[in-house]
Amino acid sequence: MSYLAAIRPILRKSRDNKTIVVCSSILLLIAAVALIGPLLSPHHYARTDFGSPFMLPSGSHWHLFGTDSLGRDLFVRTLLGVKVTLFVAIIASGVSLGIGVAYGAIAGYVGGRVDAVMMRAVDALYALPFIFFVILLMVVFERNFLLIFVAIGAINWLDMARIVRGQTLSLKRREFVDAARLIGVSTPGIILRHITPNLFGVVVVYMTLTIPQAILVESLLSFLGLGVQEPQTSLGALVNGGLSNMERAPWLLLIPAIVLALILLCFNFLGDGLRDVVDPKKKI
Amino acid sequence: MLRYALLRIFGAIPTLLLVIALAFLMVHAAPGGPFDADRVLSPEIEENIARAYNLDEPLPQQFVRYLKGLARGDLGPSYRYRDYDVSELIGNALPVTVQLGVLAMSLAIIAGIAAGLTAALSKNSYIDRLVTGIAMTGISVPVFVVAPLMVLVFAVYLQWLPASWTGGGGISRLILPVVALALPQIAYIARLTRASMIGVLSSDYVRTARAQGLKTSSIIRYHALKPAMLPLLSYMGPAIAGILTGSVVVEEVFGIPGVGQFFIRGALNRDYTLVLGIVIFYATLVISLNLVVDLLYGILDPRIGGR
Repeated sequence: MSYLAAIRPILRKSRDNKTIVVCSSILLLIAAVALIGPLLSPHHYARTDFGSPFMLPSGSHWHLFGTDSLGRDLFVRTLLGVKVTLFVAIIASGVSLGIGVAYGAIAGYVGGRVDAVMMRAVDALYALPFIFFVILLMVVFERNFLLIFVAIGAINWLDMARIVRGQTLSLKRREFVDAARLIGVSTPGIILRHITPNLFGVVVVYMTLTIPQAILVESLLSFLGLGVQEPQTSLGALVNGGLSNMERAPWLLLIPAIVLALILLCFNFLGDGLRDVVDPKKKI
Repeated sequence: MLRYALLRIFGAIPTLLLVIALAFLMVHAAPGGPFDADRVLSPEIEENIARAYNLDEPLPQQFVRYLKGLARGDLGPSYRYRDYDVSELIGNALPVTVQLGVLAMSLAIIAGIAAGLTAALSKNSYIDRLVTGIAMTGISVPVFVVAPLMVLVFAVYLQWLPASWTGGGGISRLILPVVALALPQIAYIARLTRASMIGVLSSDYVRTARAQGLKTSSIIRYHALKPAMLPLLSYMGPAIAGILTGSVVVEEVFGIPGVGQFFIRGALNRDYTLVLGIVIFYATLVISLNLVVDLLYGILDPRIGGR
């Protein structure tokens, strides 16, 4: 079974689901604008203009979202924020996916005492307030972009590991796994070639739920001034900037806040919708 | 039950030790020392500073020293706030944070259960859809977006409530932070309550009770409520962690002098001992509260405690 074949039925069922279609369209639109928009705007995200701070959003001079306290164009900065936020979130989810799938598939397939110990460790880790460890990491190792990815990915793999383990438990009793074992395929071979491709559909669905969590962590760090640093920006950093100029220029707070909320809502609704498609029983 | 309680308590100790070791190692594996960012010092002075903070000892020895201090509730001196111990700083800031957290948690439990039950009892009605929709928004939109928007609406435009901690006295300055802190937890608890109540109401024994002619209100009060509330108890651990994380943001937005604000100041100033101390303090708090929740679960659901 190939990886593509695993998601094809999900795609087919999703086409009739209004929530999935609407949310994924909005997300694709936002991503497209974030990629193309900066090329069309005459402004650069880092260029300051002390002659025109706090300009209201308007079409004149192409300041579509107005300007911030340093006269920088908020439209271009918001799009940069979207790009950075999405990029960090997708990479971080990839990291958590890698760890979670490997951990869950091994625990589920090997089973027995190994499984018990591995899942007890997951239970123990669940209880920890991870975000504080990420902040500790940020303090110790400066504000390293790469580290943000790894740190966020490293905290989000627990759910993935549990789900993958559950799926593996039911997969390993299927005939094709028995057949593979009979003809002498090694355990790593079975996990890599027969278990993980079949997990792919479920994993993709749960990844849409991991992405908003990663966005949340990244923007929280940036909001607190510990994540992405100036003149680069992310939606969390923009919300923080808006907060300090709120009385004078409320749009500096409102626009990034609404964009961030919209992205998070769409990802969450999308994930919920996809989960219903894959597992209708789990609907809550 | 006693066996279960002892098992849980002894299970928590290695987790706690692991957390302390991990946090300690992270800080001490850092490239460079905590004072590198300051002006250039002569080697003698650097040596003296290192000796004053026991940084010249080998790492295992430093760790043992730190653990001994911890056992006495001593988290060492702060690197930035001269003449202050980390324990003192936490102790001074703690009452405000606890006040905020306890109020927000109570609000979240009361409002969340009320909203969830209302939705479950009128399943698929427009009230149900409204509650589920608002709950989804509450879960999706983070505290650091909601809190500034609340300030904008209620403090800047309507001017009903003060925008910051120093802007007003008494209860008025608590309202916005507590509501902002509670909102995501209200949303989660409402969703959980709704799902679990709907599950219980469709179970066989509720149908039997109905067949016997019991009123819906007494079925809910005497038969459905307790089993429907059990799953909520296991959410209390994540809820506590969520409230702690949220309190960092809320204290930052409203300028509240709590533990969270010290944490962020410490993080931005690279005050290693302060950040390390607060991480260990928070982790201990979460682990112990989780333990309490586990034990409560064992008492309320004898199937677990007897195992």
